[in-house]
Amino acid sequence: MTGIADRLLDGPAHRLAVAVSTREVRARDVTGAALGRAARSRERHGAFLHVAGEDAIEAAAEVDRRIAAGETFPLAGVPIAVKDNVHVAGMPTTAGSRVLGAIVPPCDATCVAQLRAAGCVVVGKTSCDELGMGSSNETSAFGPVRNPWNPDRVPGGSSGGSAAAVAARAVPLAVGTDTGGSIRLPAAFCGLVGLRPTYGRVSRSGLVAYASSFDQAGPIARDVRDAALALAAMAGADPSDATSLPGPPPDLLSRLDAGVAGLRVGLLDHAGEGVDPDTEAALASTAGLLASRGASVVPLRLPRLSLGIAAYYLISAAEASSNLARFDGVRFGARVAGDGPGALVRATRATGFGDEVKRRILLGTFALSAGHREAWYERAQRVRARIALDLADAFRACDLLLSPTAPGPAFPIGEKSGDPLSLYLTDVFTVPASLAGLPALSVPAGLSREQLPVGVQLAGPAGSESLLLGVARELEAAAGPRPDPPGVIR
Amino acid sequence: MRIDGGLVRRMARLAALDLAEEEAGRLAEELRRVLDHFEVIRSVPDDLLPPLSDAPAAPLRDDVPSAEAGERPFAVANAPEMARGHFVAPRVVSRNG
Repeated sequence: MTGIADRLLDGPAHRLAVAVSTREVRARDVTGAALGRAARSRERHGAFLHVAGEDAIEAAAEVDRRIAAGETFPLAGVPIAVKDNVHVAGMPTTAGSRVLGAIVPPCDATCVAQLRAAGCVVVGKTSCDELGMGSSNETSAFGPVRNPWNPDRVPGGSSGGSAAAVAARAVPLAVGTDTGGSIRLPAAFCGLVGLRPTYGRVSRSGLVAYASSFDQAGPIARDVRDAALALAAMAGADPSDATSLPGPPPDLLSRLDAGVAGLRVGLLDHAGEGVDPDTEAALASTAGLLASRGASVVPLRLPRLSLGIAAYYLISAAEASSNLARFDGVRFGARVAGDGPGALVRATRATGFGDEVKRRILLGTFALSAGHREAWYERAQRVRARIALDLADAFRACDLLLSPTAPGPAFPIGEKSGDPLSLYLTDVFTVPASLAGLPALSVPAGLSREQLPVGVQLAGPAGSESLLLGVARELEAAAGPRPDPPGVIR
Repeated sequence: MRIDGGLVRRMARLAALDLAEEEAGRLAEELRRVLDHFEVIRSVPDDLLPPLSDAPAAPLRDDVPSAEAGERPFAVANAPEMARGHFVAPRVVSRNG
């Protein structure tokens, strides 16, 4: 039986779900095989921080029992990995940081509970940049993650472990979170589909908060249909998150095969943003493909594109400095002894947080401090509002915006880790949608000359996930089967 | 923008972070480079920027107590140190003081 399970793990989640639903294979056998792959992917790529045990087999066996009793599940028996800043009941949460001291949450994040209700089985927690702060997965307190396409390259961040796990075929689907690009960037670097939903589409309840006005959970998948199915399971209003969108989510599968004819695609003017030639070529061929399928591609300029990085980092750091005040060594997490309560808190935070987190806490504290708040934090908020208006204008001229996901493919581990600013600039194309709360996805667009994946980003107005998924599906179908990364685990 | 070790140490005090001398100097240099780049947001003419009141605001939930029976064990389950149902922290006031 494990022969079939392994073959299914090499393919997309939707095919696996059909096989489990029709009882061609048992969910527990698929989960057993996925657990083995997750353990190997932990050794080889550092993708997992925690691999589940017998509990996952039990959960899968329960899916089998319920299917036998006549129940149906859209993602029946699909093993998933969950980024370690998202709670899974009974599994330690570290968020890539020592400050949490591996707390064990008593309940699932809402989006995880919903994926389980859709038939998924959680096989482990994946590595990430510390508390979601990074673009390369190098700031994790537990070591870097290696890209299955090339072990000397970063997988992107901050959801790098989730992307590496899916790229390596350990699991067909993973949960990531995206604040300024943390789903889209690793998806691009690892040759996958990664979708940041409209702000509020997926409940943030059960996420370790980084920058609350940006944070969104979403899927990282091998293909577009899987991303749509996963988001459909994760989405929905949640009374425990006041910012979750009211009402039922739109039908995310309705436009999947609708094509692109008649759509107006804005091709983002990215001159001066240091885009490498292979990414340029991938973008041009994507634009050409969309035009050949009946879309009209029009050049589009975002006049304040280059201000996005500054606005994003100032506001997100300000929110982080406030959110992370909860890590005080008293109520939960790690504790470092100190002489008196103040010393305990300071010592716990000095030891528990890594360099990048400290940098952002200090940046955020500065931006909010008396004498600097108006010039930095408040101005950044006004720039944020301006960029949202610029995007609203853009979406009057076009239905969606096409751009690179990142200026180039995955860079070598260590290349940018000593230079925070150069790492921040990697996010230039992903932060605008984050600032405006808009949905955006990264879809593979071929390989660079160095055989590294290149992704392109599709962004749309609020609520346009099904449109973006449909366009991405068209691109995926036109590109045909994609090669496996050399680091695939079998 | 003048970012030096003194400013970084003041921010660290506000943020309840202990920084070693060497660490404060290095962070000051990194933050100076970052903020030099971020100066770009000050280059936009003021009249092009919407007022602060136009920045997105999060909806607020009703401020009602929601502690349900059984939540307490969850709330304290991951405390570093507990005693008789309370969080334990170092003494604030000395016995003789």
